[in-house]
Amino acid sequence: MSKGNDARPKPRTIIEKVWDNHVVAERAGAPTLLYIDLHLVHEVTSPQAFAGLRERGLKVRRPDLTIGTTDHSIPTHDRSLPILDKVAEAQITQFEKNCRDFGVPFYGPHSDKQGIVHVIGPEQGLTQPGMTVVCGDSHTATHGAFGALAFGIGTSQVEHVLASQCLLQTRSKTYEVRVDGTLKSGVGAKDIILNLISRIGIGGGTGCVFEYTGSAIRSLSMEERMTICNMSIEGGARAGMVAPDDTTYQYLAGRHYVPKGAAWENAVALWRQLPTDEGAKYDKRIEIDASALEPMITFGTNPGMGIPITSVVPDPSSISDPLERDSLGKALRYMDLPAGKPLLGHPVNVVFIGSCTNSRISDLRAAAKILKGRKVNPKVRVMVVPGSQQVKQQAQAEGLDRIFKEAGADWREAGCSMCIAMNGDQLQPGEYSVSTSNRNFEGRQGKGGRTFLASPLTAAASAITGVVTDARTLL
Amino acid sequence: MEKFTTFTSRLAPLPIDNIDTDQIIPARFLKTISKAGLGDQLFFDWRYGAEAKPNPDFILNKPEGHAAQVLLAGDNFGCGSSREHAPWALTQYGFRAVISTSFADIFRGNSLKNSLLPIIVPADAHKALFAAIAADPAATVTVNLAEQKLTLPNGSTVTFPIDEFAKYCMLEGVDELGYILQQAPEIAAYEAKRTLSIDTLA
Ligand code: SF4
Repeated sequence: MSKGNDARPKPRTIIEKVWDNHVVAERAGAPTLLYIDLHLVHEVTSPQAFAGLRERGLKVRRPDLTIGTTDHSIPTHDRSLPILDKVAEAQITQFEKNCRDFGVPFYGPHSDKQGIVHVIGPEQGLTQPGMTVVCGDSHTATHGAFGALAFGIGTSQVEHVLASQCLLQTRSKTYEVRVDGTLKSGVGAKDIILNLISRIGIGGGTGCVFEYTGSAIRSLSMEERMTICNMSIEGGARAGMVAPDDTTYQYLAGRHYVPKGAAWENAVALWRQLPTDEGAKYDKRIEIDASALEPMITFGTNPGMGIPITSVVPDPSSISDPLERDSLGKALRYMDLPAGKPLLGHPVNVVFIGSCTNSRISDLRAAAKILKGRKVNPKVRVMVVPGSQQVKQQAQAEGLDRIFKEAGADWREAGCSMCIAMNGDQLQPGEYSVSTSNRNFEGRQGKGGRTFLASPLTAAASAITGVVTDARTLL
Repeated sequence: MEKFTTFTSRLAPLPIDNIDTDQIIPARFLKTISKAGLGDQLFFDWRYGAEAKPNPDFILNKPEGHAAQVLLAGDNFGCGSSREHAPWALTQYGFRAVISTSFADIFRGNSLKNSLLPIIVPADAHKALFAAIAADPAATVTVNLAEQKLTLPNGSTVTFPIDEFAKYCMLEGVDELGYILQQAPEIAAYEAKRTLSIDTLA
């Protein structure tokens, strides 16, 4: 009779480790009560949650684990000017009042730390490995780049976390996304994630948390890992994680909220135990060969409708499932694109460089590399919107703002801007944009507007030529 | 939360896959600080054309769609953002259930907290429902959460899955936050042994 090696703990993925570390209580017949280490709040999805607290006479349990910023509704024009949209202004004013009343620290419109919630968390060192991070925003997945379990929640749950610092949650399935090989020049993180979503579809990760592994992921910078984790939700996953490594620790060292001195050494020692154990099993897996990837671009009305930029728009008549065929046909009608033709050379009205996917300093540097010494096509409106005030300052210190302005692009204040078109930055009906954001849903960038999602390189190259362009021709 | 009871209703068919939250409630309506008025903005850009004129082809502008408390949608309903405004808009309009083959996770969770039942049916029942409604726009279904049963227009039934706890909360009208706050001692005990932490007030 063989004796099992029962004493040895079962190998676990990082997803399971972080989960296990945050279990507060497990009662039969109910989901797990999970502790939340960091709660990020913004003006759009929190007002009804604060109103709920007031109705019940509750306070915020842990304001010290909570932080707010204004990003979605805020204009990106000169901050000394008034906010013209009175509804947006009222929302921002109410947000500041809510934070003050409940003792939650926040970065208001005039703070030098204001920015998109998923840009400032990592930037300030708030997001750390092994944490649970939530926000009333689906792109909270971004913070998973640090090996945090980070996911978006609804407003009811924002209220739950404010009141209790906990959430009722059921375990997700684990899904390994393994990316090996070396990227070709001109191909980057955005292309990896757009490629993944085009393969598995926008519901492919439903019920799962992705862990991105493999040599290609290891060789990416933190900002590139954030771009990938950011769009995990576009693949249907609740969260996406990258195990922390020296790249992570180098990025974090010295940031404002990160432990210092001996506490830092202790923290790193704990973080080094987080990566997935040898032999751990995932519920699902997919492999991507990074060396085979081309720059990606979307042609349709969801982020799964993506193709290599050198390829052609698919033909609905080649699809057998009727509902799927109709959906693709509907998308192409909305986009007013012929099937079977390339996107390369298609005219563009607006180029948007920004959003929590691609508004960090490395994204702006990539765009500047293309725009430097060139002029944007006079037919194209080009907006460059830094993700945070800190990114803006860094870009200005490097002279990137001058490159953008000299090329004829508009250099804006930090915020979500035309990613979601809530703040007045938007497409006009029928206009086409090449956008570095994450969603190309109908009307996402303005009613009737049409979005091609792509990398900062592709966006900048298309700004120069005025048509959808393969950036490798301008590198 | 009100208790969720068994009901019979007509269906509003929306045979489109991957209906995202930007369609359910466009982002420009999220500048509100209350929940009021969202029902009027449900599916706004599909429901209304230029100058907010009702689009006569859209199901909610037809009498048969208007009378329905159940929305019958394509695969992967509710993908996209975490906005709870989506279920708020659907319930304010009068929907009590949505039928699809699958739902995006956050939307599903948000719906359950707002007494909107996401009903997952197998692909063949999904097809049969669209066929039935095409044949007879007045066809009805009966939704029985306690037994997790959906009765189709032809009288046959399919069972649908739902998380036990969510079912209990919906049937009993239980408030989830109240339930969480009962566990304050466990939360305090957990907090006492946390090792790493940040201080946003510092
Ligand atoms: S940049 Fe866009 S996707 Fe990111 S948080 Fe803002 S609105 Fe959401």
